[in-house]
Amino acid sequence: MANPCAIIGIGQTKHDTKREDCSQIDLVREAAKRALEDAGLTWRDIDAVVIGKAPDTFEGVMMPELFLADALGAVGKPMLRVHTAGSVGGSTALVAASLIQAGVHDRVLTVAYEKQSESDAMWALAMKIPFSPPLVAGAGGYFAPHIRKYIAQSKAPDDIGIKVAVKDRLNGVKNPYAHLHLPNITYEEVRDSLMLWDPIRYLETCPSSDGACAMVLASESASNAPTRPAWVHGGAMRSEPTMFAGRDEVNPIAGQECARDVYKQAGISDPRKEFDAAEIYVPFSWFEAMWMENLHFAPIGDGWKMTDTGATAIDGDMPINPSGGVMCSNPIGASGMLRFAEAAMQVRGQAGEHQIDGARLALGHAYGGGSQYYAMWVVGSEKP
Amino acid sequence: MRDVAVVAYSAWNGVEHERNEVEILMPVVRDVFDKVGLTKNDIGFTCSGTSDYLAGQPFSFVSALDAVGAWPPIVESHVEMDGAWALYEAWVRLQHGDLDTALVYAVGKSTMGDLLDVLALQLDPYVLTPLWPDPVSLAALQARAYLEKTGKTEDDLAAVAESRGRRVDRASGYIASPLRRHDCPPITDGAAAVVLAVGDRARELCERPAWICGIDHRIEQHQLGARDLTRSESAKVAADKAGASGVDVAELHAPFTHQELILRDAIGLNGATINPSGGALKANPLMVAGLERIGEAASRVLDGSAAKVLGHATSGPCLQQNLVCVMESR
Amino acid sequence: MSEDVTGIVVPIHLDYTYTPGVAASRFLRHIAEGNYVGQRCPKCKKVYVPPRGSCPTCGVPTDEEVELKQTGTITAFCIVNIPFAGQAVECPYVSATIQLDGADIGFYHLIQEIPYDQIHIGMRVEAVWKPREEWGTTTESIAHFKPTDA
Repeated sequence: MANPCAIIGIGQTKHDTKREDCSQIDLVREAAKRALEDAGLTWRDIDAVVIGKAPDTFEGVMMPELFLADALGAVGKPMLRVHTAGSVGGSTALVAASLIQAGVHDRVLTVAYEKQSESDAMWALAMKIPFSPPLVAGAGGYFAPHIRKYIAQSKAPDDIGIKVAVKDRLNGVKNPYAHLHLPNITYEEVRDSLMLWDPIRYLETCPSSDGACAMVLASESASNAPTRPAWVHGGAMRSEPTMFAGRDEVNPIAGQECARDVYKQAGISDPRKEFDAAEIYVPFSWFEAMWMENLHFAPIGDGWKMTDTGATAIDGDMPINPSGGVMCSNPIGASGMLRFAEAAMQVRGQAGEHQIDGARLALGHAYGGGSQYYAMWVVGSEKP
Repeated sequence: MRDVAVVAYSAWNGVEHERNEVEILMPVVRDVFDKVGLTKNDIGFTCSGTSDYLAGQPFSFVSALDAVGAWPPIVESHVEMDGAWALYEAWVRLQHGDLDTALVYAVGKSTMGDLLDVLALQLDPYVLTPLWPDPVSLAALQARAYLEKTGKTEDDLAAVAESRGRRVDRASGYIASPLRRHDCPPITDGAAAVVLAVGDRARELCERPAWICGIDHRIEQHQLGARDLTRSESAKVAADKAGASGVDVAELHAPFTHQELILRDAIGLNGATINPSGGALKANPLMVAGLERIGEAASRVLDGSAAKVLGHATSGPCLQQNLVCVMESR
Repeated sequence: MSEDVTGIVVPIHLDYTYTPGVAASRFLRHIAEGNYVGQRCPKCKKVYVPPRGSCPTCGVPTDEEVELKQTGTITAFCIVNIPFAGQAVECPYVSATIQLDGADIGFYHLIQEIPYDQIHIGMRVEAVWKPREEWGTTTESIAHFKPTDA
């Protein structure tokens, strides 16, 4: 059986549109140093470094882990670089955890980042490939048809996306690291914002952020830390092809299976009842409703009702993204790790103003590509 | 640790102007499965290594998945590194105890872009890339430092080239002094795939599994001025940790002739046959060549011609990062 | 001379020789002749268009060619209002996935010749080709799709 894995240190940067005050080097160190401080460790204590980020074209550096090795204290140590599209922050944490669970290392530093302002993300996502017309305008253009399909299938009222957008932005106000702080946001303001990729409005879209997240993961024998650790109760990844005949893009099987796997590992049979909080990857607000079904929190067609009735609010019965989530900060490569880290912060009682009282079990979720790459972990306050 | 072995290996390399990455990879994956009578549905974990900048588009690894047929959904991960590191991740994952087989693959077409410019983007973006140093020039800096320090000569480099099957022409001009054409790798496209299996499953699948008895990798400083380019400390540490002594055959991922000499010094390969495949001087498909070294070395155990072998992979400018995988028959 | 430098611009220009692949090349040559030709998977029998050389679920080559009708059904769509670099058409425009009759998968193309608020999932559409002399090895040889009853 795999060895227990503890999360003993967590750090993140202040996320912002352009972190012009720092280089990529400073950015990853800002998060990593906070994680080390939280763990009460120094660079010297770390056995290996696992770094993740989304496409290299986002910063214009090929395999940037090579030039970041010095800054992350990796010299003389093993260093791995993970890339699984938007789910990469989650996958990176899982690869780092895997090193602990396999018994290879005792203390692993894992870091994920994106500094989108150093290149042009829209260009990087909608690159002109010969022989094919560039009709898909970035990620929004790709996902908007899926959302339209979900609305048609579930017969959801057309303002669910607006409600999620307002809820997540108000949660984000409680998170000092969040990129967007919009304390005065209103339903009307979101409703009246520009329709970018109909049915997705501007304020129903995540921002483009610079930011990083880091965690120190440890074996049982190395799990002593100033703050009590969170424990990994389950971790899973799943992938399916981008396009194939009969594919359900709204409720992809890979996501359903990944969730079942991770729940089984953690002994969870009723996620909505058993989780105290969940941090899930919602880059366009409608995805909260879609993922509630994909993650088995709600029956098919009913995901939107959880938003509509306030169940997913910070004071609801199933708080989703109390940190404000991707809708408030989206340093793409780091976004998945932020979900994983925020879930761990909840069960460690570290989440400050957005803490869910007494949270003991939480889900971290990330997805990427054309809704085809999934990474999830379940973390708890007790050792499994 | 659970016993994990390479049970099958397949690869293709060359220059390809017709097929895309998926079409190069598909027959390689099919061949590696055929060798052990498996299908995609028998695989527990899949891990790959590719590069978006090599392909010239983001998320290039996503379509590579089409070559595998990832349905029903698979347990899968990807490193933006040479496939050798994907093999390392798979080896780690198999230690958990719940999965018994893994497919590792790598694919890359180095001929698509201007490789010298593409690889300049591998450098520190603030102080090095703006100068656009090409990888051959950087290797030449390393070669010059190595020759000055050791007293070796260009003839010693040519001897390496000759023994890897390269036609040596001492009268040819320098590409970047002291490196001539025969000291430099060709630009190659390719794909490679390996199947890993655990314990009894490995013994079921093939007669002579290449058991991984040690695997380790290390990275060094990126700034070339911050390290001693004439030696490879990271290869030395990785080889020590992996238990590299007493191997019969070593496949070293040395794209340049002087790098083979540096690696031989670092790893300490007394009497071993080195690079019977010709190594990266014969074919150097980026992202693939390191996994090929492990696969080629493993093949010597699989075919019964060697008892203990070593596969090595490198990444980054001037051997910045190195991985050593030692395998044996049992 | 004491102004702090906080950033530099490094222009990057890379040239790639792109290969669509054997299967896609065959498809594109058919397009240049005014034909839409998909490929059938020998295992699951699904017809893919544009073909990508392999069946994504079976992982095997799709060699058999299947000529498709130029009518199909909208399976999903969105209205794009955001300009971006390299954009082919002026905003707003409708990008839709269209499943051609005889194919088992949709592909992206434009919907025109209808007010956007009348477009719906399930709508029947047909290909509108550019003038013959503008055909080439690109799906842009088809100008757009329009409703079959329009």
